[in-house]
Amino acid sequence: MADLALRPARVDAFGALPSLAHGSRFAATPVGPATRFVFRGRGPAIDAAATAFGVALPREACRAAEAAERAALWLGPDEWLLLAPDGEGEAIAAAFRAIEAPHSLVEVSHRNTAVTLSGSEVTKVIASGCPLDLHLTTFPVGMCTRTLYAKAEIVLWRRAVDRFRLECGRSFAPYVHGVLADAAAEFAVAD
Amino acid sequence: MSAAFRTASGGRIDRSKQLAFTFDGVRMIGHPGDTLASALTANGVRLLARSFKYHRPRGLVAAGSEEPNALVTVIRDDGRTTPNLAATTVELYDGLVAVSQNRWPSLKWDVGALNDLFSPIFVSGFYYKTFMWPRSFWQKVYEPRIRAAAGFGEAPKAADPDRYANRFAHCDVLVIGVGPAGLAAARAAADAGARVILCDENPELGGSLLADPSAVIDGEPGAAWAASIAADLAARETVTLLTRTTAFGWYQDNMVGLLERVTDHLADPPDHLPRERLWQVRAKRVVIAAGALERPLVFPENDRPGIMLADAARTFLARHGVAAGSRAVVFTATDSAYAAAIEAKAAGVSVALVADLRREASPAAEAARAAGIRVDLATTIEATSGGLSVESVRLARVAANGSIAPGETIACDLVLHSAGFTPTVHLFSQSRGKLRFDADRGVFLPGEPHEDATSAGACNGAETLAACLAAGHAAGAAAARAATGGEVAERAYAAEGLAIEIGGHFGEVPHGRDASRVKCFVDLQHDVTAKDIRLATREGFRSIEHVKRFTTTGMATDQGKASNMNALAVAAATMGLDVPQVGLTTFRRPYTPVSFGAFAGVNRGGLFDPIRRTPSHDAAAARGAPFEDVGLWKRAWWFPRDGEDRHAAVARECRTVRETVGVFDASTLGKIEVVGPDAAEFLNRMYVNPFLKLGVGRCRYGILCRDDGFVYDDGVIGRIAEDRFHVTTTTGGAPRVLMMMEDYLQTEWPELDVWLTSTTEQWAVVAIQGPEAREVIAPLVAGVDLSTAAFPHMSVADCRILGLPGRLFRVSFTGELGYELNVPADYGAALWDALLARAEALGGCAYGTETMHVLRAEKGYIIVGQDTDGTLTPADAGLARAVGKSKPDFVGKAGMARPDLTGPHRKEIVGLLPDDPKCVLDEGAQITAEANPAKGAHALGHVTSAYWSANVGRGIALAMVEGGRSRMGTKLHVPMPTGPIAVTVVDPVFWDKEGKRLDG
Amino acid sequence: MLLITCPYCGPRPEIEFAARGEAHVARAAPDADGEAVAASLYVRSNPRGVIAERWRHVAGCGRFFDALRHTVTDKFVATYRVGEPRPDLAAPAGAGEGTR
Repeated sequence: MADLALRPARVDAFGALPSLAHGSRFAATPVGPATRFVFRGRGPAIDAAATAFGVALPREACRAAEAAERAALWLGPDEWLLLAPDGEGEAIAAAFRAIEAPHSLVEVSHRNTAVTLSGSEVTKVIASGCPLDLHLTTFPVGMCTRTLYAKAEIVLWRRAVDRFRLECGRSFAPYVHGVLADAAAEFAVAD
Repeated sequence: MSAAFRTASGGRIDRSKQLAFTFDGVRMIGHPGDTLASALTANGVRLLARSFKYHRPRGLVAAGSEEPNALVTVIRDDGRTTPNLAATTVELYDGLVAVSQNRWPSLKWDVGALNDLFSPIFVSGFYYKTFMWPRSFWQKVYEPRIRAAAGFGEAPKAADPDRYANRFAHCDVLVIGVGPAGLAAARAAADAGARVILCDENPELGGSLLADPSAVIDGEPGAAWAASIAADLAARETVTLLTRTTAFGWYQDNMVGLLERVTDHLADPPDHLPRERLWQVRAKRVVIAAGALERPLVFPENDRPGIMLADAARTFLARHGVAAGSRAVVFTATDSAYAAAIEAKAAGVSVALVADLRREASPAAEAARAAGIRVDLATTIEATSGGLSVESVRLARVAANGSIAPGETIACDLVLHSAGFTPTVHLFSQSRGKLRFDADRGVFLPGEPHEDATSAGACNGAETLAACLAAGHAAGAAAARAATGGEVAERAYAAEGLAIEIGGHFGEVPHGRDASRVKCFVDLQHDVTAKDIRLATREGFRSIEHVKRFTTTGMATDQGKASNMNALAVAAATMGLDVPQVGLTTFRRPYTPVSFGAFAGVNRGGLFDPIRRTPSHDAAAARGAPFEDVGLWKRAWWFPRDGEDRHAAVARECRTVRETVGVFDASTLGKIEVVGPDAAEFLNRMYVNPFLKLGVGRCRYGILCRDDGFVYDDGVIGRIAEDRFHVTTTTGGAPRVLMMMEDYLQTEWPELDVWLTSTTEQWAVVAIQGPEAREVIAPLVAGVDLSTAAFPHMSVADCRILGLPGRLFRVSFTGELGYELNVPADYGAALWDALLARAEALGGCAYGTETMHVLRAEKGYIIVGQDTDGTLTPADAGLARAVGKSKPDFVGKAGMARPDLTGPHRKEIVGLLPDDPKCVLDEGAQITAEANPAKGAHALGHVTSAYWSANVGRGIALAMVEGGRSRMGTKLHVPMPTGPIAVTVVDPVFWDKEGKRLDG
Repeated sequence: MLLITCPYCGPRPEIEFAARGEAHVARAAPDADGEAVAASLYVRSNPRGVIAERWRHVAGCGRFFDALRHTVTDKFVATYRVGEPRPDLAAPAGAGEGTR
């Protein structure tokens, strides 16, 4: 087959946009191409999915779990976003085919695009468009949720005190990037 | 160099630095810490404005945001021109340029002042009564002229170049107003461990403490105490302290809108900062410590420049080191104004006398006398004189029986007056808290709250500094306890300072003038007098809400902060009612004006809405394709070649697709992956079509109705596996179809084992349509036999496309042989380039949405939302054959069977051919039986789609027509302004009626 | 902006939610007569007081749920999961504002 010769390079939507970097105060860095699945199911399928994926799927609302380089993000009581490095899609799909309990596994690697937001002022930049309370007591490290950033639906996942991963639909990336850039502008200059 | 009215020392200004500014072109000097108002006053400028209606000369009344008169325009450049700013809220910066408003040709010589001579005509309701007739004159003649003559400043002419930021914020306790009560509340809440946001509209925290030299708290001067508490709070991580920030509006569940003015006070705002920031604060508890505002006395000719509130004069003196005049008369109904007299005298102002409306001398009056100030009791002011500034007042004695005896005339250039204080209950009232009337003091106070909010200090009726501090501490502690469970120790403040009097005198003062002629201003900003309010009650307006609208009192930019209680008192007195019986006008958002920019924030220009682009966008743009907005998407409209206009490009694209091949980006179509053992059962219930027997690898055109039986969406649905379907929706319908499916799944049929996942953006989709379609894709596709026998029309297969995992559909929205190639979206641009290169090598072309529209119309394929309008059933749309009649149930089955939705009166989709083949009908045009119908005649329907069809060689149209299918071959008419167009009703398929071309 | 307690995610801002009309309205049977179908489609209670409504936490967990909201005070009284019975409000006070 001439398959591999034809195969073009993958550039995800955030990857095509410039990084934002304002010293230690704020940075928006593309995560780059990744493998993503939406897993939906209930009961025994959830445990089976954990085995297949290698990460326990959190049952607690709005929590993410990580193992190795994979992560499972609770998005709803029967819905998880599974994240893995680029190129692992076919292996993951194969592992899930062994699950007999009813469930749904759909690849969405290209549906979403992601950016890492970090820096001492990161919560202020996110709070320009996200209506949630980002205080550590109410949005701790390891929390994830679907929410809004300005007029775009996003998934926001806190990886560390001052580091978040933001996922959005690929066509929303330029908009999200533009609003982030506008909000971050005031941190371009140190106080 | 020192300005004439600047005191020798004192004030919270930096005398070592000079700031140059201009007002109406005149250059003056002020200092950091000045407002424009204080700096102008220091320079002896009294005349700051012309009044709204009568163009009377006006000066400052207040020192804060409640100022009704001194509205100015501040100009930085064409785009940065801000009208209607109260000079009292404009912080001075070096180079500030301000101009007056509502005057021509100048403030001193204003032609509009003629209105004052004709003021007997301009009574309340004048406009409503006078400009009624002739009716047609309102829009073209009256309104433009009245608008030009009336009003406030002008909007800037250039676009606003500034940025406006937004910030969502959350806290345990929000403290609004940072005077003594607010500071004590914030301190208590912060000490209890609560997350606190406190905000104040002023640049400096402390509120009334900044203007009261007599205040001492815990042994420290009041202002110094405020500064040290504020510094302590600012240093805490749990506290956000916002100055220059107005809490302007209360929204539900303790969401309060704050406007922070970030750079307006700076001479040279840095580029990286937003001009303003809108804060949307969600607080568990709110402590309102908004204070109280001094109320003016309503006396004859009380509007001349130099007549101001006593508290304002104290503020100018204490905060800005400015004496508001050189010879003052103080006119009061409470003790509150005596301090102003004593402080003014101490600052070197000659105080002619204090005229006190009350009959008994209070201790404050005795203190003033002891300080050498003349005090006349039972004395009123019944006239003032002056031109551009007050020059004298005429006193009168009020006898115990109410009779008035004229008294002496006193020369003065300053009249300080005070009727007492009104608690600022605006925000509490906005929060839907109920106000209660304190009959003893005559004021409204916060009563039962609606939200989790407490009022503390003067806004809750407290009059002494000690009471404000105690109330603040208690409110802050209670709020923190309620929000977090945190506790704070009792704290008793030792405090002394000026007490204010909540209440006092309301409405017009006694005077001996002709009440039907004399102007006693109630609302200075809208030029409403006590006489106007009496007229309104005489005309039958009983509710204060109606009086307000008839007279416009309280409706200007100051929202009647200084005038509402007086207006209410005048109305109540005229009607012989108690104040609560007349009612209180609604306090509306915003408390002070908020710029449009702050509300718009980032939502303008390219960020007004998300702009969604497909993977082929850049390639289409490079070929000069214009883009059509479809929802938030940009879709290539057509692809012009050298010199082609729209018509030529579309005609060429239409012919090329049917003769050779065309390439079309269909990525925007909504896609939903439906997976689970019950997937077929679920789709069988959702769509009108049967799905249980659809084979794996096969597709079906599905129609989705709502339960009302009307067509809601449509799309091709492919069965990928026994338990997996690929559903497509219309571009605009994707989110609502997913919402509707989730709704039925979660709430009607939760027992089904099936789940939905949006894949709209996972796939880039390129459609290849035309006789050469197979030829185009064959080299790029692997893993599927493309022959019609193996892969017939309405097939689907997972395969390799460009070596990528892809999904291939054999479908057609043109009536030609067609495929839709799906690849993961990050590869979409490569797919587009590869297919277009192949197609062009074979003589094909790219085509856009306009060509897509024409081609599908030639085949009579409807577009949901264009040819349907939410009132057509599948049968109306000519799709009855798609409905699975034997299915036990599906969404819309019962609805479409309702008697109202069946029968011969229904509008049905038909084709129309204009008799003149060159004619292209207008979409939306009405269709009638008669060529020249009588006015009001019944329309049979309307044109839903109309195009020039290059392939058919004439204009074609689709239309919704009553009983349409029974009218085949009949002649109908489309009446247009240029004359009726005759049309014939035909079958809506204009091209290849037999469908032979689907196989190439 | 209302603060709405999603039964799954807790209190969240109104802009994350979609309102979907009155709750506990039975879908008409496929063979119901026209009047019954019209009633199920178009007739709603519109009370002055507490109403049961359907909401969806669309920009959150995506779940539909039911809520009791007071139409005069605009306060949410309770939220509960689909399939759970409408909470009995006999006990709590504060719902009396609807009568005047």
